[in-house]
Amino acid sequence: MEAILDPLIAGILQSFEPLNFAMLILGCSVGLLVGALPGLGSVNGVAILLPVTFLVPPTTAIIFLAAIYYGAMYGGAVSSITLGIPGASTAVATVFDGRPLAQKGKADLALVTAAVASFIGGTISVILFTLFAPPLAEFALKFGPPEEFTLMILAFATFIGLSGDSIPKTIFSILIGLVLATVGLDIISGKPRLIFFDIDGFFHGVNFLVLAIGIYGIGEMLWTLEETKGEVQVHKVTSSLKSLWNNVRKLKDYFATTIVGSLIGYFVGMLPAAGATPASLMSYGLAKTFSKDPDSFGKGEPAGVAAPESANNAASTGSMLPMITLGIPGSPTTAILLGGMIIWGLRPGPLLFSEHPDFVWGLIGSLYVANFFTVIINLAFIPIFVRVLTLKFTILAPMIFILCIVGGYAPTQTMHDVWLMLLFGVVGYLLRKLNYPVAPAVLAIVLGPLAEQSFRQSLLMSQAEMSIFVERPLSAVFLLIAILLAAYPTMSRLIKNGKTAE
Amino acid sequence: MKDSRRNVLKIGLAAGLGLAVSVGMVGNAAAQWEPKKPVEFIIMAGTGGGADQIARLLQGLIEKKNLSPRPFIPINKPGGSGAEALRYLQDKAGDDHTLLVTLNSFYTTPIIQKDIGVDPSKFTPIGRMALDTFLLWVHSDSDIKDLDGYVAKVKGTGQSWKVGGTGSGQEDSILTAMMEKEFDYKVTYIPFPGGGTVAKNLIGKQIDSTVNNPAEQGEFYRAGQSRPIVQFTGERMAAYKDVPTAKELGHDIEYYMQRSINGPPGMSKEAQDWYINLFSTLYQSEEWQKFCVDDGLDCTEWVAGGDLASFHAAQLTRHQELIAAVGAEAITGQ
Amino acid sequence: MKVRTVELLMALVLALVSIAIMIKATDGLSISWVPGKGPGSGVWPFWLSAAMLVSCLMVVYQWFRGTTPESRSDELFMTPETVRIIGITVAALFLLLLATHVIGLYFSMMLFLIFYLRVMGRHTWLLTLVLSLATPIFLFFFFEGALVIPLPKAYSEPLFYPLYDFIY
Repeated sequence: MEAILDPLIAGILQSFEPLNFAMLILGCSVGLLVGALPGLGSVNGVAILLPVTFLVPPTTAIIFLAAIYYGAMYGGAVSSITLGIPGASTAVATVFDGRPLAQKGKADLALVTAAVASFIGGTISVILFTLFAPPLAEFALKFGPPEEFTLMILAFATFIGLSGDSIPKTIFSILIGLVLATVGLDIISGKPRLIFFDIDGFFHGVNFLVLAIGIYGIGEMLWTLEETKGEVQVHKVTSSLKSLWNNVRKLKDYFATTIVGSLIGYFVGMLPAAGATPASLMSYGLAKTFSKDPDSFGKGEPAGVAAPESANNAASTGSMLPMITLGIPGSPTTAILLGGMIIWGLRPGPLLFSEHPDFVWGLIGSLYVANFFTVIINLAFIPIFVRVLTLKFTILAPMIFILCIVGGYAPTQTMHDVWLMLLFGVVGYLLRKLNYPVAPAVLAIVLGPLAEQSFRQSLLMSQAEMSIFVERPLSAVFLLIAILLAAYPTMSRLIKNGKTAE
Repeated sequence: MKDSRRNVLKIGLAAGLGLAVSVGMVGNAAAQWEPKKPVEFIIMAGTGGGADQIARLLQGLIEKKNLSPRPFIPINKPGGSGAEALRYLQDKAGDDHTLLVTLNSFYTTPIIQKDIGVDPSKFTPIGRMALDTFLLWVHSDSDIKDLDGYVAKVKGTGQSWKVGGTGSGQEDSILTAMMEKEFDYKVTYIPFPGGGTVAKNLIGKQIDSTVNNPAEQGEFYRAGQSRPIVQFTGERMAAYKDVPTAKELGHDIEYYMQRSINGPPGMSKEAQDWYINLFSTLYQSEEWQKFCVDDGLDCTEWVAGGDLASFHAAQLTRHQELIAAVGAEAITGQ
Repeated sequence: MKVRTVELLMALVLALVSIAIMIKATDGLSISWVPGKGPGSGVWPFWLSAAMLVSCLMVVYQWFRGTTPESRSDELFMTPETVRIIGITVAALFLLLLATHVIGLYFSMMLFLIFYLRVMGRHTWLLTLVLSLATPIFLFFFFEGALVIPLPKAYSEPLFYPLYDFIY
């Protein structure tokens, strides 16, 4: 225990050195702002880091980076809740209940729930990280394509309960998401697929953000324009210190959800190739499936904000694990961090822990501290974020359109994606008017590529024998859980109906 | 922009300025060419890979050493094995503010995907930053110690021998196809996104062998988790003195991946010279040379401008031959 | 148009899109099971879009049976007022993107904001001008300066050269 505690405390104390602490606060604020803009995430915040890197020692730089990383994770929830646009794929599930809560005038409750749940998720996973990093890295190695595929099945299974009213329309929505996910290069065969009209932009595929900002940004704005005719959306906004505290206290009702979400987040996030998005979706799906009142989900249930937010924060800490111990980027941000480490002359890999303990423990320590201060800064900003909703819609709407365009452009820096986003927005709006659910398409485009790729890799491994998915113990377990989860909503409904019939 | 400059010159000439004066002006302008806006640093591969790391390291060094008045902005365009990046650059013909960081898909993608209509020999060569090398790796728990043992084992296992790689049509798939042809066996090639993931899958024993760069597998090797069997270089690398080259063992397989910087077709001479100068400074920097040694890159010979063009021409021919020899189907899948 | 008309039309259009994707998915790709290797590269897009087609046909089937609320609704799909507000918004966005290719995003967003705030929102000229100037200026310094993400400028690029001197 001491072997962990001593370097950890030293690491935490490092974060409180004046320069490091200043960078920490700056990083949290920058991250929060960047994360709150749709389309921008911690990857972009890291660009600010680079020039700074040459001025300060590596440990300070890494503290700055951890702060940006956490800040952006919190910021993602802000854009999901106040604007209804998921700023990153990890914050998709937060829209489902965060947005309805904001429309009911309870944006502050949603934001506080998101912040506190994120804090708990972050804390739990940093603790797990501290205690079990090396053995868990070993476990992550056991995770091959068949396990990845069955995990994706599991993620889809948790969403059975999420379907809309019309079955064919829900199926259509899932399928179009999966099909859009296949656009671009197929790495298994090395061939480009579905390059419509031979347009170059399709070579890089249909980015998740393009669909999400299109549907939730442009589409949602059109929808709201129709409903409000340009008037103020939310009239009543409360934000006093007392209501803030009351909102924090309400979280005890979703405490179990938050803990479960944190654990799922950590374990799924740690697996290479999986990451925070499936983790947050699974956490949301499970919270809904096992809730006493599943029908309240999607209509403004705070537990529906707590579940994905605790999971995605836990997962982003989890995804640092493969990076540090194995040298594999678990997310684009960690990929860029990896580049930074090389500039500093640090080599990520199995030996990093033993050869550069100062650096690793400095990082872990800064994760603890960054998480704590980000939640404080975030809570302080909530009244400002909530004010956004009191703007007249004819002011808010054009501003959001501009943010959507900028956010759609930034990740790939092509106008192609912006045009595609407008198309998705308009089509998404029309489909929504006809009661086609849009959420399944967004989920499918996130999970689809992982599912297809791991499925085909597995079959290559097994010479096209499907039995590979049940022969490997871990993947068999995932499949079994998936089947049970898929059956659960129907079973519990049958049981309930049986009871009422008596 | 260039047109307007020409117009200004024409007007200047018309106004009766002497020819010598205007030549002097042009010469002066050439010496002072500098990027006027941020330079797009296009990477024809995804985030986190070797090319990406190099681009971001170079960007960082340019910033650190204050070598450019405008920043270099790395943009990943991995689509279609670099097809998107190549086409993007082709469309940018004549632009002085776009550069491409290449890998060998610079040659192979236009050969395999003929319909993209890109001729890499038309691009403006700047400089070759490094040659990356490849080794054959197995897990350290494996009982394979040398190439003969490897070939015997693969032949004994047959098609179910699993080789991981970064994707059909990529450098390691070409090497894998070359080995299949040389040793007359067939393996199952399993693509993963990125060399790091391939390396990890070898360590997790999801696959049986890989063809990885030292940068990807080196740290696992240092930790005693993987074992190099043979290297595909002309001479043994300093970091892998005990590992024989394929040539020593009598098999003519030598393969490198070039990491070079190129501009779009028709970049102005002034800009090309400025970039050559910039990257040559970077190439000779202590940081870059150290990175090369650490990452097992060959950075002994600086090749720039016209020399790089001849190098590209030779490599293009070689890749055409290689692909013709093993057959395009051996590299791409169904 | 009535909701029920649009419901049918949309299902038919989506069915056509599905067929188009199915055709595109056979383009140089294998849509069958490759022995010893698993599904070919075209299997996923082809068969999923085939399933999309089936789900569209099911919507059409439900329409004829009249089992869904949308297939019975005789309400207007869009009221004239909705058509006006949505139509103008979408057209303005379209022009915004089109203009971006010519005068760059900063200037086209300025025009878009002026139009939207003044004409659609009927806000005062003061508010309109303050917001339409402040937004691009803020975005410029934030994106180009801090995040180093250049936004498209097209032919307006030379105007920015002096600003680059300032921020870099």
